[in-house]
This record gives sequence, C-alpha cells and structure tokens, in this order.
Amino acid sequence: MIMDISRRQFVVGGAVAGAGALVIGVRLSGTFLQAQESAAGAKKAEPNPFDAYVHVKPDGHITLIVAKSEMGQGIKTGLAMILAEEAEVDFDSVSVEQAETRPEIYAHMGTGGSGSTQENFTPLRRAGATVRQLMITAAAAKWNVPPAECEAQKGRVLHEKSDRKAGYGELVEAARKLPLPDPEKVEIKDEADFKLIGHATPRVDVPAKVNGTAQFGIDVRVPEIGFAVVARCPTFGGKAASFDAGKARAVPGVLDVFEIPALGARMFTAGGVVVVADSTWAAMKGRDALQITWDRGAAASESSEGMREALRGAAAKPGKRVRNDGDVDAALSNGAKKVEALYELPLLAHATMEPMNITAQVRGSEAEVWAPTQSPDWVQATVAQVLGLKPDKVVVHTTLMGGGFGRRYMADYPAEVAQIAKVVGKPVQLVWTREDDMTHDFYRPATCHHMRGSVDANGRPVAWFHTLASASIKGYWDPKGDPANDESGGARQMPYAIPNVRMEFNGVTSAVPRAWWRSVEHSFNGFAVESFIDELAAAAGQDPMQFRRGLLVKPADWKPRFEYDPDPARLLGVLNLVAEKSGWAKPLPKGKGRGIAAYHSFGSYFAEVAEVTVKGSGFKIDRIVVAVDCGQIVNPESVRSQTEGAIIYGLSAALKNEITIKNGAVEQTNFDAYDPIRINEAPPIEVHLINSKEDPGGMGEPGLPPIAPAVANAIFAASGQRLRRLPFPMKAA
Amino acid sequence: MAAIHLVINNRPHEVEAASDTPLLWVLRDKLNLTGTKYGCGMGLCGACTVHLDGEAVRACQTPISLVGAKKVTTIEGLSTDNAHPVQRAWIAEQVPQCGYCQTGQIMSAAALLAKTPKPTDDQIDSAMVGNLCRCGMYQRIRRAIHRASAEKGA
Repeated sequence: MIMDISRRQFVVGGAVAGAGALVIGVRLSGTFLQAQESAAGAKKAEPNPFDAYVHVKPDGHITLIVAKSEMGQGIKTGLAMILAEEAEVDFDSVSVEQAETRPEIYAHMGTGGSGSTQENFTPLRRAGATVRQLMITAAAAKWNVPPAECEAQKGRVLHEKSDRKAGYGELVEAARKLPLPDPEKVEIKDEADFKLIGHATPRVDVPAKVNGTAQFGIDVRVPEIGFAVVARCPTFGGKAASFDAGKARAVPGVLDVFEIPALGARMFTAGGVVVVADSTWAAMKGRDALQITWDRGAAASESSEGMREALRGAAAKPGKRVRNDGDVDAALSNGAKKVEALYELPLLAHATMEPMNITAQVRGSEAEVWAPTQSPDWVQATVAQVLGLKPDKVVVHTTLMGGGFGRRYMADYPAEVAQIAKVVGKPVQLVWTREDDMTHDFYRPATCHHMRGSVDANGRPVAWFHTLASASIKGYWDPKGDPANDESGGARQMPYAIPNVRMEFNGVTSAVPRAWWRSVEHSFNGFAVESFIDELAAAAGQDPMQFRRGLLVKPADWKPRFEYDPDPARLLGVLNLVAEKSGWAKPLPKGKGRGIAAYHSFGSYFAEVAEVTVKGSGFKIDRIVVAVDCGQIVNPESVRSQTEGAIIYGLSAALKNEITIKNGAVEQTNFDAYDPIRINEAPPIEVHLINSKEDPGGMGEPGLPPIAPAVANAIFAASGQRLRRLPFPMKAA
Repeated sequence: MAAIHLVINNRPHEVEAASDTPLLWVLRDKLNLTGTKYGCGMGLCGACTVHLDGEAVRACQTPISLVGAKKVTTIEGLSTDNAHPVQRAWIAEQVPQCGYCQTGQIMSAAALLAKTPKPTDDQIDSAMVGNLCRCGMYQRIRRAIHRASAEKGA
C-alpha cells in the first residue's frame, strides 16, 4: 500500500533523501487500510505505517530504501526489478539501499519466512506505477496536453503528437507538488507487457562477492576495534562455577577477561567468560588458556538416545488432535491392507558459512551496532534492553550475511555483544568460533512420526493417521503455549484425497535450544508425508506418480480448510511437469530407480524426482529434476539458484548431517563431524519453472522439504529398501 | 613478538605478531585484508584459501613463520577490477548467493586452472572438494570453472 505523505512525514523521509527528491512511502507488509480504519476507530493507528521509501531524485535516479536484509537470496535485485518495471525506467536506474534501523521511519524489518518477494510484490508494483503516473501527470500539465496522450518509457515521458519528451529528473520538481494518486486505483501494468519481471537479471550484489570487497558482519573494521570470544558452558543451562584467568591474561595481545551472566527468555544467551584481545587469534588463544570449572547444570544428563526413546514413546500415545476427517479407527480396522511406519529425524544445526559475529560500541547513553542479522529491529530492541537504553539511542547497521537460514533471526549474539561492549568501552567485535556456532545453535528439533494407513481392495487409500512427536520450537520459546498447530504445519494440510484422516501431536521436554531452520516444520513433516504416501502406493501396487496424481482432486467448490492449505491443482501441475521432464515413464535398468516427492510450503509448489543407482550397500544420486510453481516469477535466475541451494541444503540433512547430544552437550564441534555436501557429492540439478500468474510465493525454503523423501523413495524403487531415518543409514557411494 | 616480513599481493609488509599466528588472522586483523574468510579454523571448509607462490593453501593452517619469502596472493590481489577469467566466469554463471565462501572458492579454482588449464570434472572435484558452500552452488562453480577454462584457452 502507498499513502500520501504528509509534510511531517515527508520531512522525515527527506532527511534520508537529500533535498529535491520526490518521496513516496510504501507499506510492504500487512494492509495499510486497516491502519487507516483503526485510526478512526477505537484502536490506535501505528505511528508509522511505512516499511520503505521510494526516492526519485532530480537526476532521474530512483532509490528504494528498504528494511530487507541481503543473505544471498538476491532480494535487492528482485525489488529493484519490480519497481523499475512499473516505473518504466531501466533496471540500472534503480538502486536499493539498506534502511537504517529506525522503527519510527521503517516499520517491520524482519527478513525470513521466504517472505521478501511474497510480501513486497504488489505494494512495490503500485509504488512504481505511482511514480510513472505522477511523471505523466506532471509532463501533461507542463505541455498542456491530455495525460492519456502521454507515454512513459525508459525514464522519460513522451508525447508523440507534438514530438516532445522529458526525463523523470526534470519532472521531479513538478511531480513533488502533485497529490499522490489513490494506491488502490493506480493502474498497474498487464503482465504480458512485463519487460523485467520474469526475465533473468544478473544480481547486483554479485560483483562485490567475487573480489573480496563485499563486507560481511565479520569484516567490519572500525578504529580501535578489539576482538572478543566467549567461553560458554558446553551444556545448556550450565555456567562457570569458578575460573582462573591468570594464564589467559598472560597471552600476548589479551586485553581483558571478565564474566557475563546468562540472559533469559527470548535472548537465551549461555553467559560465560569473555576474553578481549587485539586480534581474533589472541582472543582465541586466551580462551584456550582459561581454566574454568563448569557447573554443568540441570540438563547435564540429556542425551540423543534418551530423546529418541522419549519421542518414540510420545509418538505411540494418543496426542492433541489437529485434524480428524471421517472415522480413522473404523477405516484402519476395515482396510484390506494396513501399513505402519516410524520416521525419525535428528537435531540439525544451521552451520552458516560465516559464524555468528557482531560488532558494537557503547558511548555513554548511545550505542552503535554492526550486525549480520535477519532482524535488525530485534537487535536494536535487545541491545537497548541489555544496556538500559531507549531503542532510538541504538543505531544498527545491517551488514551482508554469510548465510542466514533462520539462525540470524536470533537475539543471542546481539545480547552478548551489548554485555561485552558495555565493559570494554571501545568498539568490540564478538566472534563465535565454528565450535561455538555448532555447539550453541538453536537447533531444528528432532522428531518421530508414527504413521498408520490402509488401502482397500481396489487399491484406494482409505485411512491416514499421523502422530507427530517433537520437543517443538514453541516448546522452547513459549513452554506454556500449545505447539500442536505450528509443529504440524504441512502435515495437517496433507493434500491427498483420503476419506479418513487424523493427525495428532505430542510434545516432549528438552533443554536443547530450538528454533527455525530452513523450511522449519516442513523439513520433517515433508519427509513423513511424502515417504508414507509412497508406502501406501507400494501397498496398493501402483506407480507412485500415478497414485499421487489420482489423489490430487480439486472439487469445483474447493476452498482452503486450513491456513496454508495447498491448492491440489497446482500440486498436480508440478507433478505433471516433473513427470514429463524426468522421463518418468521411461523404464530404468536394474539397480537404478526414480523417486518422487511433491510438497507445498511458503506459498510455492515443488515436485522433485531423484534418480539413483544402488550398488551393494551404497547408492549414488545420478540426477535431480525439479518442477517449480512459485506463482509470478520475478527473477528466474534467483528462483533457479534458490532451488539448487535448498536441494543441496536438504541433501546435507538427508545424507550426512546430525547433531547428537551426550551428557547434555553437542558432540559435533566442526565440519569434520558435521560435514555438509561437498562438490564431489552434489548431483546435477535440473530446474523447470511453471509460468504462473498466481501471487508470488516464497523461494528460500520450499525447495527443501521434498528432496529427502524423493531420494528415499528412489532408493526404494531401486532396491526395495525403505529408509525411514535421517540421515539415511545407507551411505552415498 | 618479532616483526615478520611478508610479501602480499606483490607488496612488502612488516607485521608484529607471534610466529605461530595463522596467516588468516594477520591478513584479517592486522592488514585489513578481509576478503580472506574465517570459516572453521581447521582447514575443513576452504573459506580462507590463498595462494602461496601460486599454490592454494588454507590460511588458517599456515603459521606466518612458515610463509618466509613465499609470495602470498589473496583475493584482493587476483585482480583490481574483476578482470581475472575466474572472476568473470563467476559473474557470468551468477555463482554466489551469500558469497561468504566464494573468495576461497575462486582462489582454489584459479590455482587449479593455472596448473590444469583444461580440468575434467574429476579434476575439478579433487581441487574443489575442500571448499564448502553452504548455499549449495556447486553446479554453478563447476560450470564457471569450465567457462573460465574455455575462455583462457580461446
């Protein structure tokens, strides 16, 4: 949504813009109309409705200042494409700048949930169209001709009849004085006329990423910077009982050693002993020299074996019901063929390539922070809270991120750096070593899925009963809340037309920190649903592709039953495309097999076929073929890149990675024991895109959930062996 | 701590650092050459790859005492204007996502192509297996190396 900017708001925007620019405030997420209505009604309107501002400068250049973080998803390129398309300017005429963290100017700063394009597409189109319309109106008035006779093209307004033209830059002054048109009524382009949207466009962030000039959080260098590392208790909830800093202080370059306490809910820091030095290496050596006696705390006996037993026990018991269609009990007892299976998935670490880090300086009652973060406003609030400052006294600069995947939403490292910077009094960069990063992550929860189903004498599935057990994400963040709905996402919306369906959830307790990992609950629910439907197909003696297609029925009066219910027709669409592109119907030689999985999450539909060769006790993935329906595509280059990335990230989890807990601590400390997929293990990936006019869906996450079941189903097709546990017990050869 | 003499990107440098300090931290914290990245500190991820007399080495596993008179080349020394064939290929294939590992990937690829101008897929695997990319851009890395190879040979 776009709104006319009052003079007061314009002044706020103008301070960012420099003089003389046309400034348009844009509301990217949520609906602005609600805010307007509530302003008139009982509820107080938000003080600032805007997330982003478009500045058209007197030189004709357009800048979009927006609070979206770049973490490799190409968002700055995609947003510039949308704006340039509707404004009718060249792509090069638009640049995207990272907003400063000032909630009074930029509301809603988070980047996550695959939302950057989903949320911003229509509002940005309207913002661009507003620029175009204002320029045409200004030119028409100047030339005293009807606006309908004018046309905008490549940053200029043309009046063909009189052969006159004017660049946007020379029209800015007049356009500034015009009232903004109603954003709901501004005319947006016909999709058929798109020149940028839907066309592969090189990403603007790439050149700086091939020559070392791209500045990530860990690259921040300010005068007098010191470097800090923290010794944290290996167990969750443990703390230092006592420590001797003598030897650490003797390490050349070490400047200070002190203790910081653990911080509570929502920050979830471990506390520990801080070593500050004049280089990262000296700080790390100083930490090695610390002598610390740990009080390992109440969770020192937790183990992965114990968790696995608890999850199996919970999955065997009746749980909280989140879906119940028909009569599952009757259908299970009457079904001709019953199938029962247990799927188990482990804890996972995010393992971003750039370990957690953050830089801060406290100056009296003000602080400045340089943060590689997905949530700069939360960083600001956290740092302010720790320091006892007002949020507007904390300036946060969002840097590039060496991977996010959900980990960089968290406020733990920002809270720690605030504690440290307050003591140090000079700029300090907190660096987490790889070991810190892996052993003090917020992990993807481990889960157990007890699945029961039955198939009638005609080969039709009649019952589906899924019991999910998990310590859950909500169980960590909000122990009194009910995690059943969040944790069952994607499985509750199981899309196949089966008459009797039940899903239940049971929670277990754990001290291991848990949070959002790429695709969140879909990372485990996708594996359970798409593996088990394959088992039902086998029980029915049917081809798994045909079996799925037959169950994706869209009645004429179809409406979503649940939030995020997939559209069966769109899921069928990607299945049909991937069947064609993978050559599904062509038989394979003995020892080879194809597996299919199709899944919807974050508004996008993915079908993935894996082709494998099984040899002895090992297997090789020969190729992956993917069909994507993510609605209207903005930059196909980014869609392909995100798809490839989500598949490799998912393959690391399917084939290799697992975090295990022993005596309350994480056992894996570096890439030797938690080794993601490498180039020699990466199969060729072919991505096929559906040309859709639906609203844009997310792209960062939804490519991930189908890959593990597609590979497992392919191994079954090749060998008859079902893999129901991740990472697969069968190893890639 | 003694002053140690290093030649980095064809320029001489004197640094004050303990002799066991890994080259990685001298580059990053003493010389502000932050294009060389820290990823694991154990030679497992390749993010810190630099050239020592043209050979790809992990800067996190290279104490400065072992550098001696060998010439160090970092990503900043590969070219000043993205003109190196590997950098051009990386842009053409749109390899980076987050980009954090890519400077190390590029240094490994450049060292490979200097020795093996026409690498096979297996040779690419051997040379690049030590470089992790958590964004999973391996297919593009492979294509970019072949592209740079073709361009160099042309």
